[in-house]
Amino acid sequence: MTAIQHAPAIRRISTGRRVKDKIVQGLVYLSFAIAVVPLLSVLWLVLSNGFARLNMEFLTHSMRNIGARDAGGGAYHAIIGTLEQVLLSSVISIPVGLLTAIYLVEYGRGGRLSRAISFFVDVMTGIPSVVSGLFILAFWILALGMPFSGFAGALALSILMMPTVVRSAEEMLLLVPNDLREASYALGVPKWRTIVKVVLPTAFTGIVTGIMLAIARVAGETAPLLLTVFFTDSINTDPFDGPQMGLPLYVFDQSRRPTDVAIDRAWAGALTLILIVMLLNLVARLIGWWRSPARR
Amino acid sequence: MSQQIQVSSLDAYYGKHKAIEDISMTIEPQSITAFIGPSGCGKSTFLRTLNRMHEVIPGARVEGKVLLDGEDLYAADVEPVSVRRMIGMVFQRPNPFPTMSIYENVAAGLKLNGRYARSEMDDIVETSLKGSNLWNEVKDRLNKPGAGLSGGQQQRLCIARAIAVKPEVLLMDEPCSALDPISTLAIEDLMSELKNQFTIIIVTHNMQQAARVSDRTAFFNLAGQGQPGRVIEMDDTSRIFTNPSQKATEDYITGRFG
Repeated sequence: MTAIQHAPAIRRISTGRRVKDKIVQGLVYLSFAIAVVPLLSVLWLVLSNGFARLNMEFLTHSMRNIGARDAGGGAYHAIIGTLEQVLLSSVISIPVGLLTAIYLVEYGRGGRLSRAISFFVDVMTGIPSVVSGLFILAFWILALGMPFSGFAGALALSILMMPTVVRSAEEMLLLVPNDLREASYALGVPKWRTIVKVVLPTAFTGIVTGIMLAIARVAGETAPLLLTVFFTDSINTDPFDGPQMGLPLYVFDQSRRPTDVAIDRAWAGALTLILIVMLLNLVARLIGWWRSPARR
Repeated sequence: MSQQIQVSSLDAYYGKHKAIEDISMTIEPQSITAFIGPSGCGKSTFLRTLNRMHEVIPGARVEGKVLLDGEDLYAADVEPVSVRRMIGMVFQRPNPFPTMSIYENVAAGLKLNGRYARSEMDDIVETSLKGSNLWNEVKDRLNKPGAGLSGGQQQRLCIARAIAVKPEVLLMDEPCSALDPISTLAIEDLMSELKNQFTIIIVTHNMQQAARVSDRTAFFNLAGQGQPGRVIEMDDTSRIFTNPSQKATEDYITGRFG
């Protein structure tokens, strides 16, 4: 005991601090639990209600000639629509987004143009999804006189997807150490090859993750599709002509109907959408794992 | 291989800031030239002007002439990329490409610049790794990632990568400052071997290192607070370390400042 009096520099942790530590720790766990509750409850609800109707018939049949009170029918037309629309919007927004990010990080470097682009990307991130739908409706369908189509929906989705791709790819490119660029330049490699062969492969996994998040985000959008893709109960595999369906639209449509069979279909549709997004994520993880140097 | 470098009245700027001023020197082929001096006096900046890496930094520019065997590297029609193929560089921190294997790292300069037959590439990779004294340590794991090597091995990998493109000149920017004494010794031995094939220029803060490896030494210093860096004195290494002609050089070498 006397030793402690001789060495006042070594302090004991007081009871008050221990209590405070425990309280804060408890609060952190509690807030985590609160944050997880909605996630788990959504998952649980969708799983328990969706599996009732998730079968081969649901995955391979459309809603054509299914009466208002009939059981049966499925979301085949909506699955096709969602896949095509998401694919098309990815084809539009991934190259544009990626090239924009490359310009911002590798070439723009805080110049006036790159600051302007950055500003408008931020503005685009904040666009409510229904506004992008309205824009395509007003511009593509009403002003240019194009028909409702999956492609129009893809255009609306790509407006939402582009800023997300730009931002996430930009973050990932900024993480690539400048040492690597200089090492490549010092070997006499031109700038564009340095970007293609050194910078992009280094940031590859992160960029893929960002793109998957962007895809997952737009795959669940309803409002823009409502205004651009319209509705159909039939299979339409041509995304460039005529109304299509999409899984979010399908869920929205079925859940408005007053019969239990329709509600069940809506749950199954929601489950299908979640499964598709999860599957895409899994594929992205696999690509990332396959490309990582640690695998060798 | 190995060519002479002549620099005449060279200034380098970062934006409006003049980092080095009025540097003239001749660097002989098949020799090791060391740059010493206190931090921030422009040694690295000057080194980077020699292979046009200085201008990679936004706003940086160079005035003056650098002649490689009589040809001006800063002539208007010279492509910077081709200059860097002739004059290779090793950096302070080992920077192997993390996505590439050991083999791919050494082959990177060749692969990124043109097409080579597989057997030819194998030969170049082997001779480069042997040239950097790394072959025996890595020959069984050429397909493993280069980032998995130790710091000293990574630095020798970077040297192998630099000599694989067969440059005339090799610039080394404090290549041993992040390494332990044994790896440092390995790299110093390597430099003495490499000088038969390349003109080597090394920036170092370690005066014993400069004394050990170099044939000629240039002492850099600031002209004053906030002023650009200059070459105070350049001479044979033995003279610089035993009988320098300038007071400032003697003060620096004997540890009175810097």
